[in-house]
Amino acid sequence: MDATYTSLAHFAQTGGLLYFMAIFAGVVIYACWPSNSKRFDDASQVPLREDD
Amino acid sequence: MSAWKKHQIFEKNSLILIVGIVIMISIGGLVEIVPLYYLKSTIEKTEGMRPYTPLELVGRNIYVREGCYACHSQQIRPMRDELERYGNYSLAAESMYDRPFQWGSKRTGPDLARVGGKYSDEWQRDHLINPRSVSPTSVMPGYPFLMDAKLSTIEIENHLKVNAMYGVPYSEEQIASAKVDLLAQAEPDSDAAEAFEERYPGVLIRDFDGNAKEVTEMDALVAYLQMLGTLVDFSLYDEKANLR
Amino acid sequence: MYQGRGILPPIELPSGSPIRMSLFTLYGANIMGERKVRYLSLEEGGFSLLLLAIAIFCLVIAGKTWDQVLAFHTALIALASLAGIFYIFRRYFDGNNTPAPLEINGKPNYNMGPVKFTTWASVFWGIAGFLVGVIIASQLAFPALNFDLPWINFGRLRPLHTSAVIFAFGGNVLIATSFYVVQRTCQARLPGAIAPWFVVLGYNLFIVVAGTGYLLGVTQGKEYAEPEWYADWLLTVVWVGYLLTFLGVIWRRKESHIYVANWFYLAFIVTIAVLHLFNNASLPVSIYSTKSYIVWSGVQDAMVQWWYGHNAVGFFLTAGFLAIMYYFIPKRAERPVYSYRLSIVHFWALIFLYIWAGPHHLHYTSLPQWASTLGMTFSIILWMPSWGGMINGLMTLSGAWDKLRTDPVLRMMVVSVAFYGMATFEGPLMSIRAVNGLSHYTDWTIGHVHAGALGWVGYISFGALYCLVPWLYNKKSLYSLRLVNWHFWVSTMGIVFYICSMWVSGIMQGLMWRAYDSLGFLEYSFIDTVDAMYPFYVMRAFGGLLFLAGALIMVYNLVMTVRVGEELESDAAGQPALAPAE
Repeated sequence: MDATYTSLAHFAQTGGLLYFMAIFAGVVIYACWPSNSKRFDDASQVPLREDD
Repeated sequence: MSAWKKHQIFEKNSLILIVGIVIMISIGGLVEIVPLYYLKSTIEKTEGMRPYTPLELVGRNIYVREGCYACHSQQIRPMRDELERYGNYSLAAESMYDRPFQWGSKRTGPDLARVGGKYSDEWQRDHLINPRSVSPTSVMPGYPFLMDAKLSTIEIENHLKVNAMYGVPYSEEQIASAKVDLLAQAEPDSDAAEAFEERYPGVLIRDFDGNAKEVTEMDALVAYLQMLGTLVDFSLYDEKANLR
Repeated sequence: MYQGRGILPPIELPSGSPIRMSLFTLYGANIMGERKVRYLSLEEGGFSLLLLAIAIFCLVIAGKTWDQVLAFHTALIALASLAGIFYIFRRYFDGNNTPAPLEINGKPNYNMGPVKFTTWASVFWGIAGFLVGVIIASQLAFPALNFDLPWINFGRLRPLHTSAVIFAFGGNVLIATSFYVVQRTCQARLPGAIAPWFVVLGYNLFIVVAGTGYLLGVTQGKEYAEPEWYADWLLTVVWVGYLLTFLGVIWRRKESHIYVANWFYLAFIVTIAVLHLFNNASLPVSIYSTKSYIVWSGVQDAMVQWWYGHNAVGFFLTAGFLAIMYYFIPKRAERPVYSYRLSIVHFWALIFLYIWAGPHHLHYTSLPQWASTLGMTFSIILWMPSWGGMINGLMTLSGAWDKLRTDPVLRMMVVSVAFYGMATFEGPLMSIRAVNGLSHYTDWTIGHVHAGALGWVGYISFGALYCLVPWLYNKKSLYSLRLVNWHFWVSTMGIVFYICSMWVSGIMQGLMWRAYDSLGFLEYSFIDTVDAMYPFYVMRAFGGLLFLAGALIMVYNLVMTVRVGEELESDAAGQPALAPAE
């Protein structure tokens, strides 16, 4: 493998940035997706209603 | 959908969660660790690095055993005060045979990366027995028990063998004669010392602990301390070629 | 997935069989009359075989090794394994091994025995770890306390302190709370009868082996990963059991959603397993030697070590304890977490970012600069999810802030989250290369670590213990809330003494090392800087002593809660938990 610092750095700086943004966007969209909201409200009650 | 099928989906979900976690945590580790093996500039080209002699290796293991790394670093940073206080900044090459590395994280005591040759064997011995005998306000523990502990030679060949398996350049001969070599380095007047010198040219052969009767753990530890940071010849080191 | 149901063929020998007679007469004749056809379950058989294999392996080593410490440790592990086999078969022959019902009267039949055991184990190890901390802090101020002995010198006691507080105290708190929380939030019982006990007893055996090893000079010499190869193997086996037991509850759950606290627990368990395997990849000199050599060397070993070391902070001391925050604070405040959405973003951002932060421990070293720059960058970004989590924890109290006045347990947990916020602000700051140049190798780092360890991990754990003990023993409340108050203030004074003295001594030390006089020479020799530390080391030891005193108040309070606390009339859990079988 003919890896040099420059080639790796170039790869990390371009692909890496896009990749991080994509993951972050994915998580935020999942968390804020309107149809998920009822499920999450429901889930947040889990510790409180367990004794019923 | 039957209850069983629902259950299956949930089982899958927890496994999907685990897969997600493993993917997330793998990326950072892989990106930071793997290139250190492939980038040729990671370990500098130097003159003089050699594997530890059996006595130094055992001394190093005593250093590890007593937890010296809790208070002493072996890593000189490229800052003016450190260069003046301790010497040339540390190179990656200088710890290439260190298993484990002992760069440390705390300096309750001074850095030891280049302590080799800075003090006499007698000073090192006295200091280890009772640090306050040579440095009155030191807070270092005393290690007088090292003087009484006869050096164990059990399985020393295996110590070299395991290192050789990892690629440390020990020769067959060095492994075979490890037991003799371990003691010979601290017995300068013995016949074995000559043969040892041929196998490890240029290393220090002295009675490090000043007790000619037996080879002790003190011999080993002082032998290790006295060679620390002395291997690389910085007059031949090309700083520009190793910029990274 | 194990249900404790029979999968192996029943041990049902012809009634006249001499084997059967001899087996049963061993345990008394009454068994013969009452015993029904019983199965040795897959779980019982499997664990017997596993323990037998461990015992044989250890006995072979114990018999042949020249290394006394290894002989002691392998004999200990073998003895424990044989005791485990004895326990399994005693249950079997006594007819006590019918699988416990998963539900009683439609309510989950929780298994709280292992939770109780780890709760008290964490109390015990906590006191032990704090005590050793006070001792080594005093040794730095008064070196005569090392007594020139090998077993109790600073270098050997320091890993004992760090392991005792992180892995023994913290680890038992995490196992106790995770087994409690996962059962309650999934409304399901821990799987199996042997597995949970194998996990909690095996883990504590690992602690004993590791800790006694340090005192006897057995160490890998890697910070926070000191246990040698055989202790590492033991932990690996136990940890697989832990993961499967935890997952077993999740697989049985009745709630469709896996509550977010369990996500954090799962991330903690899985990541610690990965870190443990890579950072401890070593070959023993031989299986008869305690000594091993790590596969990584020098600069690569440094990188792997701090990748491990910082993620031990990130996943053991953060993710695991955030799980406690996400369950115990809503539960105690009787309100749902402030934003469940935020907790999801918090989770993924935290685990993704944390794993990169390790190399900030290696600024200005012979690690290539690109690596430490990456570590620094991610450490700074990490500030955001950390504070997101802190806000989520604190704002859970919104609308119920008055509870802070009346409930000192809740106050302790909220202050813990505040300390989390402080430590996760200081951390990114110290990861900046220029700041690190001053702070690294000094007591500032020690102060920072203890802001997180005493303030965050300590207080959230104390809060969880104060909640757990009354819940586990069906008590209406704690023995005394006044004593909780005392604990809180005494410990907080201790933390203030600790952190402030370390800030001053650390920054002073860093500045003295680089001070120049008017002629351009270094102004101070190294020993001058050591002398200057003395008053701060005394102050730090005093702070530690206060923290220990606070924890002792807690122990008294918890014991009295169990002994004289008022019983709850009806048991919400539906059934008293099994008594610990230690």
